[in-house]
Amino acid sequence: MTLQDLDCIIIGGGHNGLVNAAYLARAGKKVLVLERRHLVGGAAVTEEIYPGFKFTEFSYVVSLLRPEIVRELNLPPHGLEILPLPSTFTPMLNGDYIAFWDDHEETRNEIYRHSPRDADAYEEYGRLMYHMAKAVRPIISMIPPDPTSLSPNDLRGLLNLGMHMRGLGEEKFYQLYKLMTMSSGDYLDEWFETDALKGTKAASGIIGTFMGPRSPGTAYVLLHHYMGEIDGVFRAWGFAKGGTGGISNAIASAACSLGAEIRCNAAVAKVIMKNGRAVGVALDNGDELYANVIVSSLDPKRTFLKLIDEKELPTDFVSDIRRYKTRGSSGKVNLALDALPNFTAMPQHALAALRGAVSISPSVEYLERAYDDAKYGNFSQRLYMDMIIPSLIDPGMAPPGKHVMSIFVQYAPYNLNGGWNDAQREAFGDAVINTLSQFAPNLKDIILHRQVLTPYDIEQITGLTEGNIFAGELALHQLFFLRPSPQWSNYRTPLHNFYQCGSGTHPGGGIMGAGGRLAALEILKDTR
Amino acid sequence: MILPGTPFHPRTSALCQPHNWRRWAKYIVAGSYELTPEREYWAIRNAAALLDISPLYKYTFQGKDAARVLNRIVTRDVSKCAVGQVMYTPWCNEHGKVMDDGTVHRVEENLFFVTSADPNYRWFCENAMGFKVNIQDVSDTTAAVSLQGPRSREILNLLARDEIDALRYFHVMPNHLRDIPARISRTGYTGDLGYEIWVEEKDALPLWDLLMDTGEGYGITPTGILALDLARVEAGLILIETDYTSVRKALIPDQMSSPLELGLGWTVALDKVDGSTGSPQSFVGKRALVQEKKREAEWRFVGIEIDWDSLQEIYARKNLHPQLPMTTWRTSTPLYADDKQIGYASSGCWSPILKKYIALAHLRAPYFELDSHIEMEVTVEHERKRARAVVVRTPFFNPKRKKE
Repeated sequence: MTLQDLDCIIIGGGHNGLVNAAYLARAGKKVLVLERRHLVGGAAVTEEIYPGFKFTEFSYVVSLLRPEIVRELNLPPHGLEILPLPSTFTPMLNGDYIAFWDDHEETRNEIYRHSPRDADAYEEYGRLMYHMAKAVRPIISMIPPDPTSLSPNDLRGLLNLGMHMRGLGEEKFYQLYKLMTMSSGDYLDEWFETDALKGTKAASGIIGTFMGPRSPGTAYVLLHHYMGEIDGVFRAWGFAKGGTGGISNAIASAACSLGAEIRCNAAVAKVIMKNGRAVGVALDNGDELYANVIVSSLDPKRTFLKLIDEKELPTDFVSDIRRYKTRGSSGKVNLALDALPNFTAMPQHALAALRGAVSISPSVEYLERAYDDAKYGNFSQRLYMDMIIPSLIDPGMAPPGKHVMSIFVQYAPYNLNGGWNDAQREAFGDAVINTLSQFAPNLKDIILHRQVLTPYDIEQITGLTEGNIFAGELALHQLFFLRPSPQWSNYRTPLHNFYQCGSGTHPGGGIMGAGGRLAALEILKDTR
Repeated sequence: MILPGTPFHPRTSALCQPHNWRRWAKYIVAGSYELTPEREYWAIRNAAALLDISPLYKYTFQGKDAARVLNRIVTRDVSKCAVGQVMYTPWCNEHGKVMDDGTVHRVEENLFFVTSADPNYRWFCENAMGFKVNIQDVSDTTAAVSLQGPRSREILNLLARDEIDALRYFHVMPNHLRDIPARISRTGYTGDLGYEIWVEEKDALPLWDLLMDTGEGYGITPTGILALDLARVEAGLILIETDYTSVRKALIPDQMSSPLELGLGWTVALDKVDGSTGSPQSFVGKRALVQEKKREAEWRFVGIEIDWDSLQEIYARKNLHPQLPMTTWRTSTPLYADDKQIGYASSGCWSPILKKYIALAHLRAPYFELDSHIEMEVTVEHERKRARAVVVRTPFFNPKRKKE
């Protein structure tokens, strides 16, 4: 391929950029992906930070990856394997625990132990969530129609959406409305009484947001985490073989087999504009590359405020992008371990519980207090954590008998009082280990290596503005036809030939790939 | 009478959480050790799965005429089976219809070890009359486990006296795992890298403990036959009484299948010769198979892939999301084309690794050709629907490591 022949340049080799490239290449376009780092994946990367131990560095589990992408790009032969993550285990402050298993009856029995009333409610709740997930499913595979537009496409989209919502029936529609507007804490209070149950469920509603479980709108984030499916089972979460880098590598391999070219260590400095049209990109090293279509998979702020000269963009659009919320709220601690942590709450079946997620979320109040610290610019003293031990799920992640632990930590505000520095990073890492050690006392003795990633680090390494894992918060005012900005939710931008396809576009983050796919389909419509 | 467990039962029964024992030959074995077989399936594909396969029927053929006798029984050319080699083969009745299938291990020049699904002692002996061969049924005295998965070799290498790396696909070697004398064959029923380990009954429990201890860091997972059943469908391997009926049990000719109809044409060596005389070697069913080969095939055993979008449409009409079979179904399911039934699927499952709904099927000419578009019956909410499907190549899943 000579570079003059390029049809499309995709800025950023994260999962969405790669999905976008694969679909464009599949349609016969000559595609080049430019990745700043030495490896593809963006925030879905696996790196051997400590010899022999593979860290799924940032993102760590998978559920939302659209099954149509897996099918259409035929990812399994390219190495995509999703291993089961069979349980969630929540140690409680009183030494007890609550666990959620892949076996429905076992989970029911476990909840019954805490509250017979909740066990019954859980059945109903589960069924409702099936319907809710089914209700939003078509939306995530849809180009958001603009309700203010009179274009036939938008009107058709709105009509379809209206019909779809009517089809839900009254009761479910009201529930969906509640989910879209309430706080996750309040929503769960309507259903359950067990603190640890509510805490653990509510946690899904705060992941990646700068909101507490009592903040309105968090119930939607909870739903967002339920929209995924594995093997036709909604809400199922899994662990990709080789970590989330395994997903990126599979998509990259599929893209390359379809003819796309991927260039690493190729940071884009600027989008080259000519008469209001995007015509190419300039790299950090001064090279210039030209193509008919330029696609950015970076988050909206980085895309429009860093790569493009503001003068090229409408003022109100720039203001919208400036106002787009990307407050980073979470960090990540990855550990290389000499042995398994012993959670004192669960002496029996300990191994079974450690094969799933371990959630430090003893109550909604615990989470809300963690948020209180962050509101005023501190990282939480008692942190919310969601952790997995990848080596128990995929033994290839660590040497035999050794383990890796991936700990997602919240809240860690990007705008920390005094700013992030080495001392603050270590203090944050210590807070994580200290909090966990209350539940697993041997932890400190088995750590071989610790990698602490603050939101600032996440931004520096992956490029995600303010380290926001969703490339922009999943708040109602930034979703659907408002993501990332009104009128520009259909992957087009105010600039000709310039498109966006990252998690900052509809339907948002979480290794879905939907943005990358939908953007490619729109680009193909425009360039037919 | 309570059905007996295998020599591993003291261990397997302590681990089998759901008590979902399944009958296999004279014994019971675990359906799965956990409440859902998912993790066990993934152990086969991503780590190391430990399966109790003791219920297999096992025989030894010893003596000067052992190879000749076997060559008269099975369809493959046993004279070409080198010492240390294993052959998969069916065997037939006089009409060239399959009676059973199994593996033939040439342990020594004049010593063979044979596995089968059904008891075959009488049949073997009848065909050995007048030959210098001693046939023993060692089913109850030989315990066996299958260690399958990409990490299986590393585990065995830690224990084996003689290095396992030298053992090629479908070969067998005498060995010791620590102090336990064990014959190890690089075989299995998963289409993956894997081994079967054959020991004396008394060594069963020490073997189990040794493997479980050593394999811990490699993700060794006790695995039941539900997970195995998923893996074997992905590997395109047939199962007796599911994908075909043994001529011993068939009541009418239509229930019988020839090796050619089961996709086992490659195992039928019509050209094999008697090692001592040099004349063509006859074997049971040869004449019928020669005739059959001259005719156009009526039936063929193939893989089909059920179209997801089609499945989704059918379920959506009932306002449901597709409900996928997470364990292998074994009910004969009609297949259609041009509005008539043109065959049936005999086992199928959702393949967790391929993310595809696959099935093994018997199809009539010409619909058995690759890429033929057919339909499979799917029952949704008690109503019979048809989902689009296409004929594909088997094995559905065939990783390089299987033979590497």
